[in-house]
Amino acid sequence: MAKRIEAVGVTAYYGAFKAIDGISMVIEPKSVTALIGPSGCGKSTFLRSINRMHEVLPGARVEGKLTIDSQDIYARDVDVTAVRRTIGMVFQRPNPFPTMSIYDNVVAGLRLGGVRRKSLLDDACEKALRAANLWNEVHTRLNRPGAGLSGGQQQRLCIARAIAVEPQVVLMDEPCSALDPISTLAIEDLISELKNQYTIIIVTHNMQQAARVSDRTAFFSIDKTGDPGRLIEYAETAKIFTNPSVKKTEDYITGRFG
Amino acid sequence: MSQPSFPGSAEAASAASADSPNDLTVQDDTRAVDIPRHRSGGRGPVAPMGGGGALPPKRRFGAESVFRWFTTGAGTIVLVIIVAIAIFLIVKAVPAIKADKANFLTHFEWFPNDPTDPKFGIASLAFGTVFSSAIALVLAVPVALGIALCLSHYAHKRLANGLGFLIDLLAAVPSIVFGLWGRDYLVDPVRQLSGWLHKYFGWIPLFGSDGPYGKSILLGSLVLAIMVLPIVTSLSREVFRQTPGMNEEAALALGATKWEMIRMAVIPYGRPGLIASVMLGLGRALGETIALALTLGGGWAVGSDIIHDGGNSIAANIANGFGEANDIGRGALIASGLVLFAITLIVNMIARAIVYRRREFIGSAV
Ligand SMILES: Nc1ncnc2c1ncn2[C@@H]1O[C@H](COP(=O)(O)OP(=O)(O)O)[C@@H](O)[C@H]1O
Ligand SMILES: [Mg+2]
Repeated sequence: MAKRIEAVGVTAYYGAFKAIDGISMVIEPKSVTALIGPSGCGKSTFLRSINRMHEVLPGARVEGKLTIDSQDIYARDVDVTAVRRTIGMVFQRPNPFPTMSIYDNVVAGLRLGGVRRKSLLDDACEKALRAANLWNEVHTRLNRPGAGLSGGQQQRLCIARAIAVEPQVVLMDEPCSALDPISTLAIEDLISELKNQYTIIIVTHNMQQAARVSDRTAFFSIDKTGDPGRLIEYAETAKIFTNPSVKKTEDYITGRFG
Repeated sequence: MSQPSFPGSAEAASAASADSPNDLTVQDDTRAVDIPRHRSGGRGPVAPMGGGGALPPKRRFGAESVFRWFTTGAGTIVLVIIVAIAIFLIVKAVPAIKADKANFLTHFEWFPNDPTDPKFGIASLAFGTVFSSAIALVLAVPVALGIALCLSHYAHKRLANGLGFLIDLLAAVPSIVFGLWGRDYLVDPVRQLSGWLHKYFGWIPLFGSDGPYGKSILLGSLVLAIMVLPIVTSLSREVFRQTPGMNEEAALALGATKWEMIRMAVIPYGRPGLIASVMLGLGRALGETIALALTLGGGWAVGSDIIHDGGNSIAANIANGFGEANDIGRGALIASGLVLFAITLIVNMIARAIVYRRREFIGSAV
């Protein structure tokens, strides 16, 4: 249930603007990888390249090679919807479907995949909500609107929705940045549990968070505004935070830059 | 929702006291209120914006209260006008209904001008009104929603803007033009279409008649449909456009195709707005006068058939009959207008009920 992701020279554009340049890294299965760096350095862009959400924006395109268990994600004959089912995503702002109940939100992906049997959906819903540590809070009101939950609960609902389809990889783009500290801790605990099953890549601007939850950390940076973002250093989280080999990384994590 | 910050609130006061010359050391709201007014200088020329001293008294004739009086006044005037119109209409209608020798609600025919034996009823007209509007909606709404979705989610931006402009132009065409066009140019194609429909689909009651064809409910509804199309299209395009991008991305990230994304995120989110746009279209269709007066064949027949010559509607009947109506005839037409008003009201209430029933799921969308 977890796959290895390999990026080779990934370069992404918004129209003529090159947002990231030549990102190469290997992401191991069943691990948590944190992407850190100053804002605008292309963390989100790189993350969205991994499940082909980047190309959703008009004029946006990706060059280079991205593979999941050595299968090319961007190959001509690959079905983009299959890529996105394999690589789930949690966004910065909780975005449950406002017209759907909690239950319908969780099983939305399964219904897309053609699952209709009520018993299957019920089981999957409970399993995903339990995995997202939300079951106890919502199991009595599954048919209430998902948008009626608190921000932290909504974000866990979105995580449940993402893992209900049992993806191989879960991408999270600053999943806690809109949440209070307690909800943030709940999500961090959840991430530590989920990594037993999934490959997780998380963007965060919170370095303590990166240090707490991740196994490996990638530091992105830009030279100046308008330049493309580059991968500066990628190593074990402990090494990045205690003994980085690049001066820029050290400056950033000690707060002297960005 | 950002908290409104009053002058004198803890935050504003401490910020202000930092650089205010008179050191009042205001720390919280309660203390700020306790400070005697004469020390404040709240309205004086040197007062700091944040309210360095006590809270100033409420101004009695500020823009705020002027605006409140203005809006209240405007609201009252609208109410008075509506009540006045209603009274006028009822006063004119009641004598005519009293003079009616037939049952106004159930009688089919409309002969109110007979000086000795006025007989008229709304049944056939009301039926024709609702029937032709319903058919028009059935024809127009799927096309309108299709165009709107295409404009909001499929077409290239430039093309979408151009097409959107054309649609808006269509909305600006006066209804008499549609009526004349329908009567003079659309009637022959509709006659042929009617014959074809009867030949192949004659077993459906809608197409049961074997002639004569031409100025029928089908023709009227087609013209109505074309008139309703731009309203429904441009409103629902706006509705579709308002779908939050993050909901669309959520659907795509779950592996939805574009069409699945539209069914998952765009249409449900826009449903209340779509209902509203269809209802506005229906409102226009129900009230449409001149185009139907020109394209419907007239008469009092009531049936499920839409291709036979004939068809009538309340508004068309008023337009056709007002000129030669006598006193009772005019009152009768006004009474029919009131019925049309009631129909429109009921339609709107149903629409609201539909929107209201799912309010907790769409609170953000309405
Ligand atoms: N939709 C977009 N259109 C054009 N430029 C964009 C868009 N999104 C991001 N960018 C640009 O791409 C660069 C990288 O952005 P992003 O990946 O969001 O950075 P990060 O997530 O690290 O803050 C920035 O310079 C940003 O301005
Ligand atoms: Mg970002």
